[in-house]
Amino acid sequence: MNMQSHGITPERLSNLKRLEAESIHIIREVAAEFSNPVMLYSIGKDSGVMLHLAMKAFYPSKPPFPLLHVDTTWKFRDMIQFRDETAKRLGLDLLVYTNPEGLQKNVNPFDHGSSVHTHVMKTEALKQALDKYGFDAAFGGARRDEEKSRAKERVFSFRNANHGWDPKNQRPELWNLYNARVAKGESIRAFPLSNWTELDIWQYILTENIPMVPLYFAAKRPVVQRDGMLIMVDDDRMKLQPGEVIEEKTVRFRTLGCYPLTGAIESDADTLPAIVREMLIARTSERQGRLIDKDESASMEKKKREGYF
Amino acid sequence: MTITNVQEAAETAVTDYILAQESKDQLRFLTCGSVDDGKSTLIGRLLYDTKLIFEDQLAALERDSKKHGTVGEEIDLALLVDGLEAEREQGITIDVAYRFFATEKRKFIVADTPGHEQYTRNMATGASTADLAVLLVDARNGLMVQTRRHAFIASLLGIRHVVLAINKIDLVGYSQERFEEIRKEFETFANGFDFETLQAIPMSARYGDNVTSSGDKMDWYSGPTLLEHLETVEVGEHALEAPFRFPVQWVNRPNLDFRGYSGTIASGRVAVGEELVVAGPAKQSKVEKIIGAGGEVQSASAGEAVTITLEDEIDISRGDLLSSTAHRPDVADQFAAHVIWMSDEPLLPGRPYLLKIGTRTVTATVSEIKHKINVNTFEHVAGKTLELNEIAFCNFALSSSVPFDPYEANRTTGSFILIDRMSNATVGAGMIWFALRRASNIHWQALDVDRQARSEKLGQKPAVLWFTGLSGSGKSTIASIVEKKLHIDGRHTYTLDGDNVRHGLNKDLGFTDADRVENIRRVGEVAKLFTDAGMITLVSFISPFQSERQLARDLMGEGEFIEVFVDTPIEECRKRDPKGLYAKADRGEIKNFTGIDSPYEAPENPEIHIRNVDRDPEDVAEDIIRYLRDRGFLSSYASDGEGI
Repeated sequence: MNMQSHGITPERLSNLKRLEAESIHIIREVAAEFSNPVMLYSIGKDSGVMLHLAMKAFYPSKPPFPLLHVDTTWKFRDMIQFRDETAKRLGLDLLVYTNPEGLQKNVNPFDHGSSVHTHVMKTEALKQALDKYGFDAAFGGARRDEEKSRAKERVFSFRNANHGWDPKNQRPELWNLYNARVAKGESIRAFPLSNWTELDIWQYILTENIPMVPLYFAAKRPVVQRDGMLIMVDDDRMKLQPGEVIEEKTVRFRTLGCYPLTGAIESDADTLPAIVREMLIARTSERQGRLIDKDESASMEKKKREGYF
Repeated sequence: MTITNVQEAAETAVTDYILAQESKDQLRFLTCGSVDDGKSTLIGRLLYDTKLIFEDQLAALERDSKKHGTVGEEIDLALLVDGLEAEREQGITIDVAYRFFATEKRKFIVADTPGHEQYTRNMATGASTADLAVLLVDARNGLMVQTRRHAFIASLLGIRHVVLAINKIDLVGYSQERFEEIRKEFETFANGFDFETLQAIPMSARYGDNVTSSGDKMDWYSGPTLLEHLETVEVGEHALEAPFRFPVQWVNRPNLDFRGYSGTIASGRVAVGEELVVAGPAKQSKVEKIIGAGGEVQSASAGEAVTITLEDEIDISRGDLLSSTAHRPDVADQFAAHVIWMSDEPLLPGRPYLLKIGTRTVTATVSEIKHKINVNTFEHVAGKTLELNEIAFCNFALSSSVPFDPYEANRTTGSFILIDRMSNATVGAGMIWFALRRASNIHWQALDVDRQARSEKLGQKPAVLWFTGLSGSGKSTIASIVEKKLHIDGRHTYTLDGDNVRHGLNKDLGFTDADRVENIRRVGEVAKLFTDAGMITLVSFISPFQSERQLARDLMGEGEFIEVFVDTPIEECRKRDPKGLYAKADRGEIKNFTGIDSPYEAPENPEIHIRNVDRDPEDVAEDIIRYLRDRGFLSSYASDGEGI
């Protein structure tokens, strides 16, 4: 029982096409199997690609789930503007959630440090948001090539009722058969971009011409040197420490988060091809720009056990 | 911003480079071998040599190497891939880790899987999505039991391309003789497996010889390096050549004018205008439109995620399989398959599991374990249950017919996973071998005298009162009073309990978990026949497992199954101990006694919950009768005008 003759030899899908199809499959599977999914939208390049894939997955329908942004109130202003424009342009529901207790206590990266700030305003806030709306599945844009503990994460990553991840007790995941069964209160984090690398992401953005936050592109921006990183002064909440001076430098960001915790790199890359070119000759990996991973190499695994994305 | 000509030229070059990437291929492979064969070191070497190891990762690595490293002062490449904390501390790989690297020709996704026997399930997981397997062998030790096991699992999971990486060749003096010896032994051994390509490569992952470059130590070897082979090996896409298969994932219905079926093409090719058939119902229609990831297209092939619209409006939903009309899949509710068991809880024949195949999920039971396979010797051995990491050939019975192909012909439509209905864990993975024709040959006699006719004749609605609870909880006492009351009222009843079943129908069964499951399955089936006959059946069994009670429930019609939980604390049961069984169990004379050394899973939502302490059995029985009356089981008929 073989061979359907069409007169042409079929070709294997290219790397990007194969990744694209796999991601769309995952996104559709979540939409079909869960009663109340949500897509975490962090405004960055990975989220942008994930959202682009979701638009394709359901075309001509709209994605049958809302977007959720956990706003720490410390994101770059450009990010917030881009977020609102994107939701409007695509005609999607956007939920924005901020931890009310954190807001009330004015938890911020300057006074409380990156670890407390991230825990209260990101990890706790995310859990609160998921509980508030009763989401049983949440898409995230994480990739396995980002970090060692992510290399072992499943595409459908099971979380207990406290949103915890147990790396020792992960469900085996075979073929493209994803187990979507959860009891009440439990949930799945779904990672459609698991098998993409950073280079794949940029190549896809370039070939598909996906809009990106301007912060990825080099421009003159006000920055200060702090803890070996270039921190952009995005608003007047940033207090200068003794000896710090604001300089205008041509910089861009390889990864986006809370502005006081996100280091810029000096770069002239102000177009997509220039960014990809820079990528190809990159000498430092992207997470170096994030203060939160620095403490120790296993810190990401710890955060993930606690419910971080 | 100033755009110089140089910059512009560079950007054009990058754009061209990116566009050239469009044709870059992807290869997924897994590496397997035991802890000491150097798998992680090999992958670390590939990542290192292909320059994808960034500077700061290297810096962190040097720090970590000092803490956990096993190769002294040098960088331990294995630490790059052993991700989780615990693994770093123990110096072993305990889960599947995925790694990525790329060359000009291909992008590679590597599944690094552990070698220990107890991690068979992880290797199977890695193999399920791989095009090729790299089997590592320590040149000093040659073929080991685990090398054979890995070759077998790779073959079972349908991998057709294998690299035999004869590693640590530096430790045998780069000996050609040793290499040839191992290669020949493996080729002879692997003859029975269906590998299309088998490439043996002598290498030293630690020093890099024949990983990405040949080095100068092995002039006698003229074959490709590992990377050259991985870059060029043709993994002919069987899925592209197989007949068209399309499991429907999602019905796309934005408005009344558009009805599309979204999914990923499992195999073959489809074009506008072609006739397709819905497997099973065999409804046919022609392809009207195909929407691919980049917009409308005239045709699409295996691996693409598309949305298809048809010329005719036919009823199609998630779980249906669209396929070529010329080559249709099997459709059956029974098949034989290889199963890899992945749970600490054993597989029990007769216990219902969820089976997910493609986009469809059904209930399934293993009707028979034909044989287990010893993964080290490949011998067939008999077995009643299947433990973690065991592989067996089994017959499956499904709650409804599903379309499928043999795994050998189609990895997507021939594979399934098994999910535990209580814990929701993925407990098994299966590869279908063939359909069992029994299913289609045994047709139920279409009787004119049907269950409704019998029920009407008896003037009652059939029901099963299923009494569950610990030994000594009072199940039989209560059931017996209920039956008497019903009998006096002129109802037709029958009681199934240990006394009349264990001594006859089920006298071949003991008290192991597997036998308990079979015991309850048979009782459930008998109770079902009694409901067909129109009877009110009282079943009084400890029935400790939730899943078997669920199985019995599923056999009956809607609302016919009434679970009566006789909830008596074990201390109370022990005090009553009417048959002296607790005393015996305490003395160790009875094994697997429920509540003592075998668990009792209390019902979560029983129809009737009796907290049976300080209660008169007569009153309890009256409560149950009231339940039946309130729900209309006794209303269609009253023998003396009143009924009870």
